[in-house]
Amino acid sequence: MSEAITDKYDHKHNDRIMLTAAELFCERDDRVLFANLNLQLQEGQVLQIKGSNGSGKTTLLRILCGINDSYEGDILWYGNPRDKQAEQFLGSLLYIGHRVGVNKVLTPLENLRWSASLQRDVSDAELMTALSRVGLRGFEYSQCFSLSAGQQQRVSLARLLVTGARLWVLDEPFTTLDVSGVALLESMLADHANSGGAVLVTTHHTLSVPDLRILNLDANREERL
Amino acid sequence: MSQAASPSTGHAFLATLKRDLVIAYKRKNDMLNPFMFFLIVATLFPIGITPDPERLGEISAGVLWISALLASLLAMDNLYRSDYEDGSLEQLLLCPYPLYYLVLAKNLAHWLVSGLPVVLVSPLIAYMLNLPQEAYLTLFLTLLMGTPVLSLLGSIGVALTVGLGSRGLILAVITLPMSVPVLIAGTLAVQQTLNGAPLLAYLAIMGAMLLTALTLAPLASAAALRISVN
Repeated sequence: MSEAITDKYDHKHNDRIMLTAAELFCERDDRVLFANLNLQLQEGQVLQIKGSNGSGKTTLLRILCGINDSYEGDILWYGNPRDKQAEQFLGSLLYIGHRVGVNKVLTPLENLRWSASLQRDVSDAELMTALSRVGLRGFEYSQCFSLSAGQQQRVSLARLLVTGARLWVLDEPFTTLDVSGVALLESMLADHANSGGAVLVTTHHTLSVPDLRILNLDANREERL
Repeated sequence: MSQAASPSTGHAFLATLKRDLVIAYKRKNDMLNPFMFFLIVATLFPIGITPDPERLGEISAGVLWISALLASLLAMDNLYRSDYEDGSLEQLLLCPYPLYYLVLAKNLAHWLVSGLPVVLVSPLIAYMLNLPQEAYLTLFLTLLMGTPVLSLLGSIGVALTVGLGSRGLILAVITLPMSVPVLIAGTLAVQQTLNGAPLLAYLAIMGAMLLTALTLAPLASAAALRISVN
């Protein structure tokens, strides 16, 4: 469901709206991925982006983060164009793609230390706490190539606990997680929303998070047909 | 991007530098390859051309510089590839600090690992190739200033090609034309020292190249990385 925004600058007074995308259009290889796509993300909201394979979920996330700039339309951060306040935007953003950004020869601790340093200064004690909370106690000093895919995914999830970013953008974060990992991530998402953060997440998994909102890219495509 | 480094930018710079050095240390093969390549290429010249000390002395400056250039080219590909493949590059691009400093940190780490050893061992190879003694200092100083330029220029080429599946020779095609002026200045400096010319003028040219590369090349690399990841 895409929400209609009558006037794209109308909501400036609502200072709880973090991210707004208005009339997004994206075309790849002569195929329209989405057109006239509107979305709004408020503080405290979790927005799940659904869609069949190839419907443009990853592309949409990358566009919203600013990694991909082959789109038309407006992206606003707290009511102002995102690119004019890139530093504030990037300072509040944490993106985990489906390539999770974990270097295989480094240990989980070294990986997390570097990732955290790109956002703020974090002490090693904090990093260790985060790693043990995502279930990697005892693996802090093993090289990541000896860890399973799910454990590597957990290394990336530990970033959620240390960055202090308010907007989480997660691309298929559940794929390699086991049952307890899924429950852990769901509780992290709920906690983050409760404390006023916002989450954009793509997954085929049925999320059990309170007040979940869903954007279906297939619906956007059907509207156009 | 050109704003002054704040304490946190400095922190991110150091963290990135340290991370890349740790990765290089853990992948000793990647670290040793360019260095061994330099030694092998430089050693093959006397075997292939002539063992005559006098003629070797004439070509030794060129041999050393070409070997250093090829070694740096060989080492370049590692610079961003693993980061591209595992997604770390996206983290780097989405960092709130200026990408200039982070790219500079990666380039510096890369030079410390692949360029500096070549510079340090060059007097030994120069001795083997019978380079006249009065040119040792020039050779060492020009390599010390020239190899970082090669790394910084190579970084642009790697950043442009990191998204391509099969790179093959394309990196060399992009990088070598930019590197030729460094090669010319470096070998010319050594030749002219042997002819008795003052050292300072050539060092000034190399210094100018280094400063230009330091200020501009990371900006170009950063822009190229954004395009590659896009």
